[in-house]
Amino acid sequence: MSDAVLDRVSDRTQRTTVRGYLDNPWRKPRMLQAVTIAYLAWSLLPVLIAIVFSFNAGRSRSAWQGFSLRWWNGDPFDSLFRDEALRAAMFHTFRLSIPTAIIAVGLGTAFAIGIDRWHGRPARGANFLMLLSFVLPEMILGVSLFLLFTYLLKGVMSLGTLAQWLGLITFQMSYAVVIVRARLLSIGPEYEEAAMDLGAKPGQSLRRVLLPLLSPAILASVAVVFADSVDDFVIVRYLSGGADTEPLSVKIYSAARASPTPAVNAAATVMLISTMTVILIGYLLYRRSSKGQNHDVTSFTQL
Amino acid sequence: MASAGATAEPTRQKPDRADQAAGRGGAWFPGWYWPSFSLPGIVWLLVLFLLPFYTVLSVAFGTVDPLFRTPLPVYQPWYWSFESFSTTSQKFYAGDSIYQQPLIRTFVFVLCASVICLVIGYAVAYYAARYAGKYRVLILVLLVSPFWISYLMRIYAWQSLLQPDGYINDIWSIVSEPVNWLAGRPVTVVLGLVYGYIPFMILPLFGSLDRIDQSMLEAGRDLGASPAQTFRRVTLPLSKPAILAGIVIVSLPMFGDYYTNDLLGSQRTSMLGNLINNSVFQSGQGPEAGSLTIVLMVIVVVPMLYYLRETRRAAEGR
Repeated sequence: MSDAVLDRVSDRTQRTTVRGYLDNPWRKPRMLQAVTIAYLAWSLLPVLIAIVFSFNAGRSRSAWQGFSLRWWNGDPFDSLFRDEALRAAMFHTFRLSIPTAIIAVGLGTAFAIGIDRWHGRPARGANFLMLLSFVLPEMILGVSLFLLFTYLLKGVMSLGTLAQWLGLITFQMSYAVVIVRARLLSIGPEYEEAAMDLGAKPGQSLRRVLLPLLSPAILASVAVVFADSVDDFVIVRYLSGGADTEPLSVKIYSAARASPTPAVNAAATVMLISTMTVILIGYLLYRRSSKGQNHDVTSFTQL
Repeated sequence: MASAGATAEPTRQKPDRADQAAGRGGAWFPGWYWPSFSLPGIVWLLVLFLLPFYTVLSVAFGTVDPLFRTPLPVYQPWYWSFESFSTTSQKFYAGDSIYQQPLIRTFVFVLCASVICLVIGYAVAYYAARYAGKYRVLILVLLVSPFWISYLMRIYAWQSLLQPDGYINDIWSIVSEPVNWLAGRPVTVVLGLVYGYIPFMILPLFGSLDRIDQSMLEAGRDLGASPAQTFRRVTLPLSKPAILAGIVIVSLPMFGDYYTNDLLGSQRTSMLGNLINNSVFQSGQGPEAGSLTIVLMVIVVVPMLYYLRETRRAAEGR
């Protein structure tokens, strides 16, 4: 046998093994696995490090100088729980997000029920308007509302807590509509029709059949809207009337552009804990109230 | 009993027809019943969603008080003057065109960031949908968790890591000279945008890849296609709607983003959002802020309408 033939044979076995590896449908997707793990680390490690740095003993938020509670409670002036401004901001965060969650979900749920059963041109127009507010970049709405309150409604309204509520509810209502409508589509009209055939009045069928069936979606929307309002700073910043109506998120934004201390990390950690807690409670309630139906995490995250 | 049934028959007919007029069979509601549910939301949106846009137009097409430099909005469309608007828009293309750079930069940044989001996001979503196995729930929770962490905190965390004495430079200095990452570097801002918005890309991709029937892929393989061919000719076409939706979902907020650059960049990397944000609170800049907002709206309106049409089509197909 000549060398050329041998070469070709070895070349072929080589190719078969590489091809064989690539063609093997049961091969482990090592590359994809590596990318996914790297992605998850990239996406979550910085946040964990930021949380750890809220316990830094020094002023720096980038160089570790030992553990302490100085920026949480220790420092009499600059720590999160003892700095007047930061403490007020913390309360303002909840003053904004709790009413927003209740009103936005109430309005959104009613809108979703109505639009699900009301057909025709005006209904389509209203639905379009709602979806538009869902996809519009937040900044456009923030600037527009800022101009509305400072010019067109000048004497009627001023910037501040009320303006922030109105802005947040406008922006968040569509989330509740989208979540509740998805649930309405999956329920269908049959249960209500059955209730009415059994003699329930419209109000009764609404209260005793439809709303209980919708409750998982309503709970999920409350959690989502609350968490989103805690984190919001674009609309809230444009509509704040001054330093006393700035919630934690806006304080963090301003501090990050100046000279932040680890107290900012502590403030961000408080926001993180409150949104995570509410989302977790929302998920548990969602799972409980939609018992017997498909309730893995996927269905909650797809909302 | 038979007679009772016979008398019941015609009374049942009548409400059925009325309901069909109201758009729904089986119940007996007057025409205003369901619309009244939506009414509060509609009024809310008219006053606090449409009226603000009208104000933007009135401010942009209004004038400025010559003495106090405060904007004087004009609320009657027939008196609108396009003077300030054309002054602003000329900054994009005429004279020293100081806004041209930020505008081009916005498009380049958004394009680069969306493509990177797609490449990384597709790989991650593919793995989570196909191969995650028993870790599926854990990986999903980790993929979704960035949604519940404030955007601000996530970018702030990177700002800390990228400080001159931060951890990124500690690692970087092993291979090269330390770098000031926050001094207006396009790389930093683009990666910041990717970091901020990639979860919005992964979720629709995951949903779409997860729904692809495994037997489709097996059919492709049985018919002699290589894995690469199966991917190119089965998986990729089936996930195309999700790819387009994902690109729109991440690029819309990127166009209106100013905070990523505020925290990670500088004047040298400012985007359209920064121009708007910087002019909003400045005296005498009201018409300019309004005009820039109109420019931003014009840019995002096409992808927005595309997205709305696609979601409606998907809902009707269901």
